[in-house]
Amino acid sequence: MINPISFPRLSLNILSDEDVRRIHTATLDLIEATGVRFPLGRALDILEAHGAQVDRAAQVARIPGRVVEEALKLAPPVYTLAGREGEEDYGQQTIAEHPGRTDNARHMADDDRNLSPAVRRPWSSPNDLILDGRHIYLGTDGCGVEVIDAFTGQRRASTKADAADCARLADALDEIGFWWSMVSAQDCPPASRGLHELEAAWNNTSKHLQTESIVSQVEMEAAVRMAEAIAGGRAAMRRRPPLSIMQCTVSPLGHDAGSLEAGLAAAEAGLPVGYMTMASCASSAPATMAGALVVGNAEVISALALMEMAAPGAPVYYAAAQTAMDLRTGGYTGGGPEDYLFGAATNRLADFYNLPLSMGAFATGAKQPGWQAAVDNSFSSFMASLTGADMLLGCGLLHGSRILSYAQMVMDCEIYSIVRKMMEGIIVNEETLALDSIRAVGPGGQFLTQKHTRAHMRELWRPRLFDRRAYDAWEADPAGPADWALQRARELLQSHRPVPLEPAMDAELKRIIASVE
Amino acid sequence: MPFFDSLTQSVIAGDPETCVALARQALADGLDPLDVINQGLVPGIQNTGEQFASGEMFLPDLMLAAEAMKQAIAVLEPEMARRGTRRQVLGRVVIGTIQGDIHEIGKNLVATMLSASGFEVHDLGVDVPPLKFAEQARAVGANLVGVSALLTTTMVRQKEVIEALEELGLRPGVKVMVGGAPVTRRWAEQIGADGFSEDALGAVALAKRLVCGEIPKKSR
Repeated sequence: MINPISFPRLSLNILSDEDVRRIHTATLDLIEATGVRFPLGRALDILEAHGAQVDRAAQVARIPGRVVEEALKLAPPVYTLAGREGEEDYGQQTIAEHPGRTDNARHMADDDRNLSPAVRRPWSSPNDLILDGRHIYLGTDGCGVEVIDAFTGQRRASTKADAADCARLADALDEIGFWWSMVSAQDCPPASRGLHELEAAWNNTSKHLQTESIVSQVEMEAAVRMAEAIAGGRAAMRRRPPLSIMQCTVSPLGHDAGSLEAGLAAAEAGLPVGYMTMASCASSAPATMAGALVVGNAEVISALALMEMAAPGAPVYYAAAQTAMDLRTGGYTGGGPEDYLFGAATNRLADFYNLPLSMGAFATGAKQPGWQAAVDNSFSSFMASLTGADMLLGCGLLHGSRILSYAQMVMDCEIYSIVRKMMEGIIVNEETLALDSIRAVGPGGQFLTQKHTRAHMRELWRPRLFDRRAYDAWEADPAGPADWALQRARELLQSHRPVPLEPAMDAELKRIIASVE
Repeated sequence: MPFFDSLTQSVIAGDPETCVALARQALADGLDPLDVINQGLVPGIQNTGEQFASGEMFLPDLMLAAEAMKQAIAVLEPEMARRGTRRQVLGRVVIGTIQGDIHEIGKNLVATMLSASGFEVHDLGVDVPPLKFAEQARAVGANLVGVSALLTTTMVRQKEVIEALEELGLRPGVKVMVGGAPVTRRWAEQIGADGFSEDALGAVALAKRLVCGEIPKKSR
């Protein structure tokens, strides 16, 4: 089961329409005049056929702005990412009806969540992610290279077994909506590693998978076959893709050949594809945030436009995890006010292009669960939610997406649950004004024994990890949230039994992997 | 302002254009290029390093100063060659991003900082086959090889650079340092690298440690 943030009511006015238009215009100017590097012959061929000026030696395409705009218009604004279940397993879910996406400020015009225009889609299951601009889903972080072992506490290199374990924990935690390839299966061959990660995850969760670690055409074609097997054929996979694909750009203003060919293979097969920019202030982008947004935007929309040229109507999404370079070390920071601002601003851009967004949130640079991690992950997830990012990445890794911490994973879920509660906002109507109840209590009474209280008290947020004990109790047992989080992770890792993958399906996945090894 | 002071200031200011113009003027005035480097440029990069250490300057300041110095040295090099003199270097480094990987910002940072710190740097660029590192190391008489990788899938080839160096009989004389976001100390140890660093300044400190006392004769 997953608990999305549905029909959020809070909003944030971070960029005006004029700001967004200027960023867009600057981006198109850059793509058209300076160009973007596409180091893949096929990509350059496609771009050239659509009117781009191509410099083969430099592998740079200068694409006319209107060509980019026309291509992006082909992308569907609303679609669904599916869980692992077959089509017969569905319940029903409510999905926003309007064909476009707008920022939350406009959502607020819908006075009450219950009045939002909605349709029922009979084919959606409880693990489906509805990318309609009105739902926000939490995903895990990735792709880590080390794990703090849940039972020994030792830090060590990540393996396929860890990919399986963290997928099983993600399956158990209702806050988590989808599993992003969380740790690298470093005990598997590099050429098929990403496939092993998927196989481990599909054997341990029925939630949607999004991979960011498959960067070659051969491996991607195998991943597509695995997704087809899970979905029950190509048509079913297109209708309800159980796998989505994330590729990274190469900042500034470039792409990687493997990422391009893998992205094209996925888009042509009908798997949703996103391109993520991590353009960083002062190193791979200008120090100024507006300029960094332009650089990142140029990378993302140029790649997505290419996908639409190759596979018109392919579901694509915007992805970003921009940050500022650490001015002392030059390193990736993973956290800080710039990250939080980028987190909110990026969805304004994705909305402008009518595309879903997978936004890097959480993913603290802290080395251990603690003050820094809590500050980072609270601000980043809240800011990205305030503008309605469809997917929030980043649950469970430390040290800038390098180290898996099971305790952090559980604590991040608690942060998400707080954000989820806040995003409900405050509903004001006759029932919530509760005047009958207030009148009945009058001056000096109490509300504990009001039926109205009992009817609504479960709407109040309840912590799992906040320490609200009496001081004496804390003094007697000073264990705290991090300890309880680890305890919960251990219990779930030992007790949670995901809905198993059918043995024949498991064998099929393994057969596909073997075919590329 | 005395001439060398102007040169020093242009390095500290991170002003490559002025620095290059002054280097050209120095040649026109018949100054010894080695004096220009040691009395003009080096004090500038040292001062910049001190201001960085005290927190007054940041990495972009260092990089701009290093860039100014690098461009000025490029202007001075032909005259040094003509006079048969050579700048004393701490060591010779071959550096690059491993095959299959085109991420270069981190590698470039390290290359620039090494160069500014007194190393002779041979940058092979990106997507470099393991054997190329080894061949270049042999060709230039390097005593240090730096291998960068940003992806877990390309990181595994860092090991192949060490193997290639072994095949050419260059190990353990040629030291190897590895870096990149997924690289850990454990990985460096596992593949038999001599060291790893998480950032550019750490890489400079590591390089100095690794080549300490092992400067090839011909660079003196």
